[in-house]
Amino acid sequence: MARIIVVTSGKGGVGKTTTAAAFAMGLARRGYRTAVIDFDVGLRNLDLIMGCERRVVYDFVNVINGEANLNQALIRDKRTDNLFVLPASQTRDKEALTKEGVGGVLNELAQTFDYIVCDSPAGIERGATMAMYFADDAIVVTNPEVSSVRDSDRMLGILASKSKRAENNEDPIREFLLLSRYSPERVFKGEMLSVKDVQDILSLDLLGVIPESMSVLNASNSGVPVILDEQSDAGQAYMDVVGRYLGEDLPHRFIDLPKKGFFSRLFGG
Amino acid sequence: MGLLDYFRASRSKGSASIARERLQILVAHDRAERDRPSYLPKLQEELIAVISKYVRIDRSKVSVNLERGEKQDILELNIILGEDG
Repeated sequence: MARIIVVTSGKGGVGKTTTAAAFAMGLARRGYRTAVIDFDVGLRNLDLIMGCERRVVYDFVNVINGEANLNQALIRDKRTDNLFVLPASQTRDKEALTKEGVGGVLNELAQTFDYIVCDSPAGIERGATMAMYFADDAIVVTNPEVSSVRDSDRMLGILASKSKRAENNEDPIREFLLLSRYSPERVFKGEMLSVKDVQDILSLDLLGVIPESMSVLNASNSGVPVILDEQSDAGQAYMDVVGRYLGEDLPHRFIDLPKKGFFSRLFGG
Repeated sequence: MGLLDYFRASRSKGSASIARERLQILVAHDRAERDRPSYLPKLQEELIAVISKYVRIDRSKVSVNLERGEKQDILELNIILGEDG
């Protein structure tokens, strides 16, 4: 039976798709059969970040409507055998995502996959609520910035009250904080909320901190999930995230200022 | 970060602390709102209607609040009657 993970945030542009792509790739690289689904009907982007945009034939809505079967719509990743992408429809609207339809697709995937990663659109409308509804775990992607933190808290309220688990009185969705676009320098200068500030406000388990990094734009430019850039700070941070999710006890990296020598500290540089 | 920057940073409080304070208040408020049962505003309206039959009240002086406790919830109804009421 598969575990369903939603990557959510409320606010747009905080790194949900980057995270969904990296996380799914990380799980697949660990040997787990993983599917990653784009719930952003009308504004699909996961295919671009995964680098499979030219191989899209059928999409999520086609499968829901019975116009294609799952095997026809799933795109196998060329780099990793265990990884499959289910793209969103670019032409339909979000109302195409019915609870029965989404539930049916997830059920069928759950027969043969270990993990199903749901990449939620921004906002709290149908695509976002459908991405959350069936989840077992939630990764709440947050930037150290007031509107993002507030929106994340709002999503926590929805996760707790409007999910299948909540409606059936089952164990609640496990919620994890992923803080992205973090800049230790700016935190040190008192210009940015710290990891601790955000954790205190949201009271969530910290899955990881992704530093603000050039490598994220490089990765999306070339359609390669940033976790495959093993030399980069963001790539390594995502590898830690996957490890922690799988239960490994890893110290948090990239949250302190890089150590500098006495003189460079004194005179700047 | 140089020596000068260090003094500059420690002198001015930095906007992060303002962000933290604003968020703490806002999130607490949002959560209280979220946990409020949806029937409260209607209950308040109906209570005002019933009480107005008997005494004259200022609707701004009626408050209905639900406080959630560990063992029990308390529905608090506060009505301040006018001096001539």
